[in-house]
Amino acid sequence: MTGLDRKENFIRAVLLLTAFSAVSVLAVITVFIFAEGTPIMFRRGVGGFLFGLNWYPGEGRFGLLPMIVGSLEVTLGALLIGVPFALACAVVLTEFSSPRLRNILKPVIELLAGIPSVVYGFIGVVVLVPFIRETFGGPGFSVLAASIVLGIMILPTVISISIDALQALPPSYREGALAMGATRWQTVRMVLLPSARSGIVASIILGMGRAVGETMAVIMIAGNAAAVPRTPLDPVRTLTSNIALEMSYASGEHREALFATGVILFVIIMVLNTLANASSSRRARGKRG
Amino acid sequence: MTGIRVREVSHYFGPVRVLKNINLAVEKNEILGVIGPAGSGKSTFLRSLNRLNDLVQGSRTEGMIEVDGRDITRPGTSLVELRRRLGMVFAVPVPLPRSIYENLAFGPRLAGVRGKEKLDALVRYGLEQTALWIEVKDRLHQSALKLSGGQQQRLCIARVLTLKPDYILLDEPTSGLDPVSTMKIEDSLRILKKDYTIILVTNNTKQAARVSDRTAFFLAGELVEIGPTERIFTAPADRRTEDYISGRFG
Amino acid sequence: MRVPPRLEQRFVKVVLWSMTAITVFVLLFIVAYILRRGLPVLSLSFLTENPHEMGRTGGIFSTIVGTLALTAMALAVATPLGVGTAIFLNEYTWESRVTRIIRFGADCLAGIPSIIFGLFGFILFVIKMGFGWSILSGGLTLAFMILPTIIRTSEEALRSVPRSYREVSLSLGSTKWQMVTRVILPSALPGIVTGVILSVGRSIGETAAVIFTAGSALRLPTSLFSSSRTMSVHFYILAREGISMPNAYGTAAVLVLSILLVNIVTYRLMHRFIRKYS
Repeated sequence: MTGLDRKENFIRAVLLLTAFSAVSVLAVITVFIFAEGTPIMFRRGVGGFLFGLNWYPGEGRFGLLPMIVGSLEVTLGALLIGVPFALACAVVLTEFSSPRLRNILKPVIELLAGIPSVVYGFIGVVVLVPFIRETFGGPGFSVLAASIVLGIMILPTVISISIDALQALPPSYREGALAMGATRWQTVRMVLLPSARSGIVASIILGMGRAVGETMAVIMIAGNAAAVPRTPLDPVRTLTSNIALEMSYASGEHREALFATGVILFVIIMVLNTLANASSSRRARGKRG
Repeated sequence: MTGIRVREVSHYFGPVRVLKNINLAVEKNEILGVIGPAGSGKSTFLRSLNRLNDLVQGSRTEGMIEVDGRDITRPGTSLVELRRRLGMVFAVPVPLPRSIYENLAFGPRLAGVRGKEKLDALVRYGLEQTALWIEVKDRLHQSALKLSGGQQQRLCIARVLTLKPDYILLDEPTSGLDPVSTMKIEDSLRILKKDYTIILVTNNTKQAARVSDRTAFFLAGELVEIGPTERIFTAPADRRTEDYISGRFG
Repeated sequence: MRVPPRLEQRFVKVVLWSMTAITVFVLLFIVAYILRRGLPVLSLSFLTENPHEMGRTGGIFSTIVGTLALTAMALAVATPLGVGTAIFLNEYTWESRVTRIIRFGADCLAGIPSIIFGLFGFILFVIKMGFGWSILSGGLTLAFMILPTIIRTSEEALRSVPRSYREVSLSLGSTKWQMVTRVILPSALPGIVTGVILSVGRSIGETAAVIFTAGSALRLPTSLFSSSRTMSVHFYILAREGISMPNAYGTAAVLVLSILLVNIVTYRLMHRFIRKYS
């Protein structure tokens, strides 16, 4: 073996090691979160965590149901508010606008994806919360406020990926439908949206992941009461906020319970990731076929 | 023992066998033309000589390819050294995105040649052999991407010459060029023959007739016939060869 | 009664266009709102003075330094790992179960919420490894967060380099590593840089993962083991605890401007790169 070959083999080995960095990090995170979070769940019963209504860490009561419900409500709300606007935007920019306008607006929207979540949360506090308080009553810090802010936060993600999905369709779909006398809108509704479905679904699932995982913005506007909200105007606490609010002073079982919160969040996110992955790989297969 | 000896070579991409039991020899300082329709395996054949097929997943060679007496299909063959000795020119000219000078100095630098004088001499040698020197000597440090298509392909040949290889493999080098550029490249080949052994794969049968000493005809992965160019074109032994060169298919 | 298609289309168009207008308006409103209130606060002394009285007075200099230090630390770790991964996947191996596992791992990592990274970094780096709240802990945590982005964008950049460049380099007698360093990386560089800058934007804006790992000390950091507050964390604390609204707006304006700048640079680079190869 020559010196050159030895050097090449060494480089290859180093690269192989680095290639496993991401997987290793994922594995270590998973192990850590589960190792810290699951013992208390099994010690005190998984049911109590998942379905317990009372979160009084000082008294050793760790019911996470309000936070689970809170996360789901807020996420659902964000999707109900954000997705229609995002899809409208994607359809307008791909099908109804001039290419010039699209070339200006799409980058602008993508630039806004980088705005830090604390900034969104802050705008929620100074603009949205007072508005809700004055218009609908209640404290203002609420499911509604959190849903609206999260709905806005997922816009850039959903818009940008949906536009990509719509633009990836072969022009013949569009031309075929138009040639048969369909209006542009009929083409969109009956041909384009159904064909781009898996890409759009993937964009929504990614937006959903962002909404479930968002922390700081939600803490600022949701009110954070650890109780199941009865109306959209009630305050709410999500899984992520539960961790962030109490982490700095928690110890012992309390800290373990926060890791247990992390475990539940982790599982939810992994399910969403797998769904998004399946959806987008189906899209990739469809493209090839 | 000099030259290339190919013995019972079959090549596979995955389960597909694209070369079937090829036997042939390439002698020193000849131009061997390789003709055949698209998909006949002639490019694969050429790429198996410098093991460039290794870049394709599932690629596998059976049989023996001896270059100057050494079987290069064996594991442990130094590919770097092999590819330096068998320079290759591709169908589409591929200048690297850097200056003319840097394109030509690329190979020598890899081989460890240092010093401006040595590099300058190699660059000049390559350009002179391909009749490019007069055309580009005043803009050696301009981007090679600005040259015309024909000039780019001659640059690619010059780039191979700076390595001082023993063999030059050309894979349809004029397929994308106009007749004048093609003629210039054919002229270069005739000159290069004095110092190099050349294998010219071409989809243009007339080109093989014009420049090669011997010609091999590939069809569907088989070597149908090989012989002196004049005989192949005037009195082919195989009916399929005759059909192909007379333009009945391909 | 059936609505004639033309009429339906006209109605739908009005609805869709107004929704688009609202979307764009809301997004721009957020930026404009912050800048309108924040820009008047900005001055040279705001940028160059350290915060006093918890940030009630003074500037944000130490938080700018903290942000830069943390980002630099994250990039120093994540860039070699990410680019190395991409090179391995794209140049040194065939598609196989192993590459699928590596890509799936990176995708999963990309989807993990930042608070989980914060939790993990807190336990591993701050507590178990004893780094405390520090630039080291925060930087490593951020590095893991941005790793998937760097892998993904580097892979795309490598993939866009024409295959013929690889053939030419190898056929001229390069080793694989020479091919990578002399031909492929120079051609893919703008794309790789794009990914790195994108990650810078993400590091600057991150709060949840940083607050638990780098802490929130307002002092100017002096070593890798100093606790340090980033601009985002500073802004969060100023706003949430109501310490100083003008300074909160000022910090937010700096934050938004720097991220917009970073994203615009990325966008420019990306476009030049795309144009070059298509």
